[in-house]
Amino acid sequence: MPSTAFEDVAALSAQRSIRWCPGLAARQGLALHNEVFASSREGVGAGFALSLALDDWRSLPRAEACEVHDRRSVLWVQTREAVRRVGRPYRAGLPEDVQARIVHVWAEKAEDALFAIEEGLRCHELAFVIGEIVGNPTALDFTASRRLTLTSEKHGVPLFLVRLDAVRDLSSARMRWEVSSAPSPAPRWNGQAPGAPRWRAELFRARMHAPGEWVLGEEQGRVQRKADEVGADWTAGLRLRHPPLRA
Amino acid sequence: MGKGRKAEVVRDEPLVLIADHAHGPRIEAVNCAATAAGARQGMMLADARALCPAIVTAPSDPAGDLLFLERLAVWAQRWGPWSALDVPDSLLVDVTAVPHLFGGEERLLDDVYEAFARRRLTIRAAIAPTAGAAWAMTHFGPDRAIVERGEPIERALADLPVAALRLDRDVLTVLRRLGLKRLGEIGTIGRDAIQRRFRNRKSPAANPLIRLDQLFGRVPEPLLPVIPQQMPLVQRRLVEPIRHRELLDRVVADLAEDMARELEGQGQGARRLELGLWRVDDEVVVRRLEMAEATRDPEHIVRLFAVRLDDIDAGFGIEMLRLRASWAEPLALEQADIEAATENRGTSLAACIDRLTVRLGAQAINRPMPFASHIPERAQRWQPPLSPEPASQGQLAFHARPLKLLDTPEKIAVLYATPDGYPQRFRWRGQVHDVVRVEGPERIAPEWWCERGGARLRDYYRIEDEKGRRYWIYRLGIIGDGRGGPPNWYLQGLYA
Repeated sequence: MPSTAFEDVAALSAQRSIRWCPGLAARQGLALHNEVFASSREGVGAGFALSLALDDWRSLPRAEACEVHDRRSVLWVQTREAVRRVGRPYRAGLPEDVQARIVHVWAEKAEDALFAIEEGLRCHELAFVIGEIVGNPTALDFTASRRLTLTSEKHGVPLFLVRLDAVRDLSSARMRWEVSSAPSPAPRWNGQAPGAPRWRAELFRARMHAPGEWVLGEEQGRVQRKADEVGADWTAGLRLRHPPLRA
Repeated sequence: MGKGRKAEVVRDEPLVLIADHAHGPRIEAVNCAATAAGARQGMMLADARALCPAIVTAPSDPAGDLLFLERLAVWAQRWGPWSALDVPDSLLVDVTAVPHLFGGEERLLDDVYEAFARRRLTIRAAIAPTAGAAWAMTHFGPDRAIVERGEPIERALADLPVAALRLDRDVLTVLRRLGLKRLGEIGTIGRDAIQRRFRNRKSPAANPLIRLDQLFGRVPEPLLPVIPQQMPLVQRRLVEPIRHRELLDRVVADLAEDMARELEGQGQGARRLELGLWRVDDEVVVRRLEMAEATRDPEHIVRLFAVRLDDIDAGFGIEMLRLRASWAEPLALEQADIEAATENRGTSLAACIDRLTVRLGAQAINRPMPFASHIPERAQRWQPPLSPEPASQGQLAFHARPLKLLDTPEKIAVLYATPDGYPQRFRWRGQVHDVVRVEGPERIAPEWWCERGGARLRDYYRIEDEKGRRYWIYRLGIIGDGRGGPPNWYLQGLYA
């Protein structure tokens, strides 16, 4: 075997074992198909998906041919059941630069939601797609998730699929997270008040990374403030529960 | 200037057109026989019946009249380069520098009368230097009146009644009480006096001086010309009626190509398309399609129609298809992409929204827009995507609003230390949450200008429970506000 091939394999394995950290999109490119498992009793699923999406979006270096001002929209697909359980996005509570970009799709069933997500992934004028689906509908089997992955990779639009109250079934998502709330840090001026959101996020299956568990947070009540403060905002790698044996 | 007045179809029996009003049917128009019998416009039908029991009635159709007048206006452009509507019953045609083509103004009027008589319409026409003068002559002057350019209009129109000024009825009453009955008499009392009397009337129909100046051509009177517009329409007649879906798709694709060419020629893109399918047994099936953005991409159109054609019953076969763009917007021609890479880069947002709309319905796709309200659920409205963002006030930065808002606030059972404080513990959807950290209250008063007097205020709290879950809860009302029993607690929003 020629030495170059050895080098390639070594580089590949080094790349594979790289641990996940915020702002990784700058080096590795977008993680195109992500699933976030969360409970419907809290708003963390969508919040975490949104902050992951924004982190990727901002840390990705802009290509030469792109417009200076990014005017792409964000597609947010929800099924009826998801709307009933966790409500609709509220404009005033969204991160500031997402507020005017949201296009919300209300789908009756999971089939319709998957159709809307796939159409969204085909659209080059979307920055990313967020889907919220409750439980494990039969329409969302491995074939369907594989289909979403392929579409996403073909057109380069990232998908963040929030699975509310779902069990970890088969999926071809590139990164799969399980998120729950963590007690927030005390704000500086009012120690009694809830602080900036903190999440206990477990990356339990990923193609490129070793699994692990982190406590992630953000500052100032917005998902992220500025593109160059992303790394500072996140406090990654605080606690490692699972050693990277399952990689 | 020429002017025609549409009259009713001449009949022997008295005929009136009626419309329903608050006090019963009222007469909107009368024919000659009915006028002779005593019926007048604006009279109640019961009164007219008392005068002439044999009166025949028909419902009045203002929309149909307007449509007819529009068509007539386009047709009347044979006598001049442009024509305008003067609702409800007149047409204006600009015949400046035209009469010599017909051999003089008299011959032109003869031609007008002859053409309308062939269409079985009774009219009154006149030619005058200004639109107002022409209107006055047709409605109140002699038949076939021609006001020459050379002679002063003042003298020609001096004998007409003041109603020829196109004024509102109450203004006419005022003029009549002032003793002014003829146009010539208005000049006798001095312009200043009339100006003082009507100094705060700005609209032309309420101010006799403005109308008088328009009549005599001292101030311009812009008119809105009628311009006919052809809807882009393509159709295919089939030799053999089609009964199968593949053939139908083929024909629809051909039609879409034709339509794209047609629209491209006009520099337009379709916003609404109507596909009519004529079956052998004379049934017509129509499928309508609305696009989020003007487009003429045949592939896109075919794809959108494909979903709509699923439930078509071809019966014994479809023999004709017609595609019509009933709503088109200007769309500039653009160069096709040269690079091959751009071809598979995906769809545009408008195309994506169209596809979603076709399957999920138009009300399923929205975007949130801010609205001027203090109540959180009213501060956001859902509007169709691609609609422009309304102007709005900036948000207050110290309000931390939740990421998600429930459609209806859910009632929670609470346990609190003090009745007007925040809860210690609450039960929501069957589980108990201990409140650990809290911020509030943020008091939002009811909007008294649009709510009933009994509406209660809300005290909002931002809370976090023992596991770090963050919610937005509120208490509806306070104890002792006299607007109902003990206040209830609701959970309205979820934080990230």
